[in-house]
Amino acid sequence: MAPLPLQIINLCAALMLLLSFAMLSQRRVLTLVDLFALQGLVLSISIGVVAWNTGQPHLYYSAGLTFVLKVVALPLILHRLIRRLDARWESETLLNIPTTLMAGLLLVMFSFALAQPISELATTLTRGTLGIALAVVMLAFLMMITRRKAVTQVVGFLAMENGLFFAATSATYGMPMVVELGVALDVLVGTVILGIFFFHIREQFDSLDLSHMESLKED
Amino acid sequence: MALLILLGMPLAGALLLGLLGERRWAPELNVLASAGTFAASGWLTWRVISDGPMLVWNQQFFMDPFNVFLVALTALVGFTTALFSRPYMRIEEHHGRVNRRRLRLYHSMYQLFMFSMLLALTTNNMGILWVAMEGATLATVLLVSLYRTPASIEAAWKYFILCGVGISQALFGTILLYFAASKLLGSEGSSALLWTHLDQIRGQLDPTVLSIAFVFLLVGYGTKVGLAPLHNWLPDAHAEGPTPVSAMLSGLLLNVALYAVVRCKVLVEGSVHSSLAGNLMMGFGLLSVLLAAFLLWRQKDIKRLFAYSSIEHMGIATFAFGMGGPVANFAALLHMTVHSLTKSSIFFTVGHAAQNAGTQTMDKIRGLVTISPTVGWGLMLGTLAILGMPPFGVFASEFLILITAMHEHPWTTPILLLGLGVAFGAIFSRVQAMVFGETNLQRLPHPPVLLPVFAHLALVLMLGLYIPPHLAAWYREAARLIG
Amino acid sequence: MNITGVTAQCTEIAMSVAAAPLLLGWVNQCRAWLQNRRGPGLLQPYRQLRKLFHKDAVLAANASPLFRLVPYVEFASMGLAAAIIPSLWTGLPFGAAADTIALVGLFATARLFLALAAMDIGTAFGSLGARREMLVGFLAEPALLMVFFTTSLIANSTSLPTIADSFARHPLALYPSLAFAGVAFLMVLLAENARIPVDNPATHLELTMIHEAMVLEYSARHLALIEWSAALKLFNYACIGLALFLPWGLAQGPADPGGLLIALPATAFKLLLVGAGLALIETLNAKMRLFRAPEFLATAFLLAVLGLLVHLLLGS
Repeated sequence: MAPLPLQIINLCAALMLLLSFAMLSQRRVLTLVDLFALQGLVLSISIGVVAWNTGQPHLYYSAGLTFVLKVVALPLILHRLIRRLDARWESETLLNIPTTLMAGLLLVMFSFALAQPISELATTLTRGTLGIALAVVMLAFLMMITRRKAVTQVVGFLAMENGLFFAATSATYGMPMVVELGVALDVLVGTVILGIFFFHIREQFDSLDLSHMESLKED
Repeated sequence: MALLILLGMPLAGALLLGLLGERRWAPELNVLASAGTFAASGWLTWRVISDGPMLVWNQQFFMDPFNVFLVALTALVGFTTALFSRPYMRIEEHHGRVNRRRLRLYHSMYQLFMFSMLLALTTNNMGILWVAMEGATLATVLLVSLYRTPASIEAAWKYFILCGVGISQALFGTILLYFAASKLLGSEGSSALLWTHLDQIRGQLDPTVLSIAFVFLLVGYGTKVGLAPLHNWLPDAHAEGPTPVSAMLSGLLLNVALYAVVRCKVLVEGSVHSSLAGNLMMGFGLLSVLLAAFLLWRQKDIKRLFAYSSIEHMGIATFAFGMGGPVANFAALLHMTVHSLTKSSIFFTVGHAAQNAGTQTMDKIRGLVTISPTVGWGLMLGTLAILGMPPFGVFASEFLILITAMHEHPWTTPILLLGLGVAFGAIFSRVQAMVFGETNLQRLPHPPVLLPVFAHLALVLMLGLYIPPHLAAWYREAARLIG
Repeated sequence: MNITGVTAQCTEIAMSVAAAPLLLGWVNQCRAWLQNRRGPGLLQPYRQLRKLFHKDAVLAANASPLFRLVPYVEFASMGLAAAIIPSLWTGLPFGAAADTIALVGLFATARLFLALAAMDIGTAFGSLGARREMLVGFLAEPALLMVFFTTSLIANSTSLPTIADSFARHPLALYPSLAFAGVAFLMVLLAENARIPVDNPATHLELTMIHEAMVLEYSARHLALIEWSAALKLFNYACIGLALFLPWGLAQGPADPGGLLIALPATAFKLLLVGAGLALIETLNAKMRLFRAPEFLATAFLLAVLGLLVHLLLGS
C-alpha cells in the first residue's frame, strides 16, 4: 500500500499523460491552450506535493514558478495572442487522429522501456514517474511533428518543457534553482519571441498555417 | 576580473545598443564593445596560460586551455565580424533592406549573442551551459529573421523549432547527468552539475544512465552543431540571415555547440569505459561529411553552398573528436580554429559579392575579380583554404585527421576522402565561375572593409606553415584535457 | 456445487432477466425527465415486449433457419453472461466456469450471430447495419480486453467474481490505472449498447443507425427476444462495470443470506445511479457522425492501454 503523497503524485503523473494525449488529439486551438494550462497546474501540484513530502524549500519555489509561468503567464499570453490574431479556427492534423494516438501509444511504450533502467537506479520516492515524464516529452514532440499551425507547434514546445520539468522533479527532486530560473527565463523569452513571430508570419503569409512555409527546400 | 570584463562587455554593449542603437554611430559602438571583449579575452587567455586553469565565483566559472582557446577565438571572430558588419550593414541600409530600428535590434542581439556564447564557454555548470545555448538560439532567431522576408521568417521559424526541440533533448540529457551525479554528490546546492566536480567523479558515475544521457545530449547539442540528419535548419538560417550573422553562426555558434558535446563526451568516456560516445560521434560526423558533400552539388544559392560546407567541416571535427587521442584532438582543435577563421572570411567576401550582384544566386554572380579585385581574390583564396589546399591551415588539420583515421580506423579513410573530393569539385567549380569571367555586377555604395578577410586568411596561412611553439603547446594541453 | 448454489445461481439469472427491461425503462424515463418530457413510464419496455409476444411473426420469404434461430441464440448468450457476471453474489458456481476473456468471447459470439442474421435476408439495410456493427465491435473489443487485463493484473485473477471480491476488500487508494480503465469501459459500454454518442437507439434514420438497421426484418416474438436481449446486454455491461469499479456491497456467496439483504438494495441503488448517469451522458452529448466512431473507440482503446501501462510502470 503506497503512502498518500506517492498516490497523489502517481495520479498527477497519470493525469499529465492523459492531458498530453488530450492535447495530441485536440483540434481547437483555444481548448489546446486550456489543456496546456491544466497540465501546468497538475505539474505544479505534483511538484508541490513532492516539496511537502521531502521538505525541500527550493521545490516550493519551483512549484510556485511553474504555477505563475505555466498556469497564469503563458496561457494568458497565448490567449491574448490568439484573440489579437483572430486565430480561433480549428487546427487540423496531418495524420488522422486514431493513427496519431496509436503512434503516441508506441512512443509511450518506448519511453517506459527506456526509463525503466534509470528508474531502477533512482532513490527518489517518485522514480516511477520518470517514464511518464519522458513520455510527455515524446508526445509533445509528436504533436510538433504532426501539426501544421504555428500556435499548436508552440504549445507542443511548451508541453515538452512541462515534461522536462516533471522529469527533473521525478528523477532528482528538481534541478538547482539557478538552472530552473534560467530555463524558465528562456521559456518565457522564447514564447514572447514566438508571439512576435506570429505577427510576422501572418503579415508575410496571411495565415498562421505553416504549410505555406515550404519555399526553403532542398531541390 | 578579466572574466567580469569579458562577460560584462557584451552585456553592457547589448543594453547600450538596445537603448541607443538608432544613432548613427551604433555600428562603431558595436565594434568598440567587441574590441573590448576581444581585449578581455586576450587578458584572460594570458592569465590562464601563465597561471593554469582557474575556477572563480563560487566555482561557477571554469577556464582551462580548452575553453579559453575557444573564448579567444570567439572574441576574435566576434571582433572582426563587427568590423565587417559596419560597412556591410550600411550598404544593406542603403539598399533599403533594413531600417534604423532593425539595426538597433541587430546590434543589440549581436552583443547578446556574443554574451551567451561566452557564457556557454566559460560556465562550469552544465545547466547554465544549456541555458546559455538556448539563449544563443533565441538571440540568433531574431537575427536570422532580421529582413522580415517570407523566406527569412520561414528560416527563423524552422531554426527555432528544430533547435528548440533539439535543445530540449539536451536538457533531458542534462537532467539525467544531474541525476547520476546527485547520487554521488548529493543534490544540495548545485555542485552536482559543476563540470569540474563531475569530472572528478566521472569514473563512478553510472554507465547506463550516462550512456542514455549522452545520446540525448549528442542529439540535442548535435542539432546545433548541424550534424546530419538534424542539419536542416542550418542552410536556411545561413542563407536567409544577414551575412555577418551567417559568419558568426558558422564560425562561432557551431564551435560552441561542439564544445558542449565534447565536454559531455569527456564525462561519458570516463564513466562508460567503452567507445560508445566516440563511435556515436564518429558515425554522426561521417554521415554529415558525406551528406553535406553530396548536397553541395545541388546548391544554387551561394550562402547555402558555404553553409553545407560548414556542415561538412563540423562533421570532420566531430569525427576527429570521436576518434579521440592526443593527435586527433589536436587536429580537431586546429580544425575548429582554421575553419572558424576561414569560413567567416569567406562569408565576408560572399556577403559583398551578393551585394554586388543584388542576389545570392550563384548563376547570376560572374567576374567578381573585375569589379572588385579584393573581394574576388579574397573569395578565391578563402575557398582554396577551406577546400584544404596546402599551404593553408585546413590542409594541416585535415591531413592530421586523415593520418589518424588511417591509423586507427582505416575503413573510414576512403569515406572521408570521398567526401572531401566531392566537396572540392562542387565548391571549386562554382567559385571559379563566380570569380573569373565576364562581369555583370554593380559597384557598392560604401567601400567594403576587407581587412578582416585578409587578416583571417593570413592567420590560417600561418597556421598551415608554422604553428608557434606556445600555441602548439596550448593545443596539446587542451587535447590532453579532452583525453 | 450444492443446492443452495444452484438456487442462488438461478435466482441471479432470473433477477437479471426480469430486471433488464426495468433498467432500460429507467434510463428512458430519466432521459425524458432531463429533456423536460413526461416519459412513457418505467414499465414501458415490458408493455412493448408483451405486445410483441402477442403478435404473429412475419418472416421474409428467403429467410434461412439461421434467421429464426438467432433471437434464441442472442437471448441464451446474454442469459449465460448474466450467470457469469456477479450482480448479487460473488461466489456462485457458474462464476468460476468462465473468466473475463471468455465473457468477451461470449459477447462476440452474440454479435456475430446477429450480424449473420442481418445479412441473411440480403436487404441493403441489414448488410449496412451488420458492417457498421462489426466495425464498432472490432474496435471496442480490444479496448474491453485491455480494461479486463488492467483489472486482472491488479487483482491477480481473470475471473470476474474474484476481481470484484478482491477490489471490495482492498483498502481505499488512488488508482490512476483504474480511473483510465473505468473511463475506457464507459466508452465501450456506450458503443456496444448502441447508445448516444455512437448510435441512437431511438432513431430509424438510415444514415446513422447501426443496431436498428440489423433488426429491421424481425417482428413479433423474434423482435421481442432481440429487444429483450439488448436490454439484458445493457444490464450485463452495467453489472460488469459495477463489479469492476464499484464492487462494494456484493454478497460473498450463496450461503450468506444476510449478504443478500445488503446486496439487493445496494445493487438496485447502484443500477439506479448508473441508469441516471447514462441518461445524463446521452442528454449532454450529441450523436457523432459515424466516421467519428473509430476516433471515439480509439480513444477508449488508448485509455485502456494507458491504464495498463500506468499500472505496469507505477504499480498503482
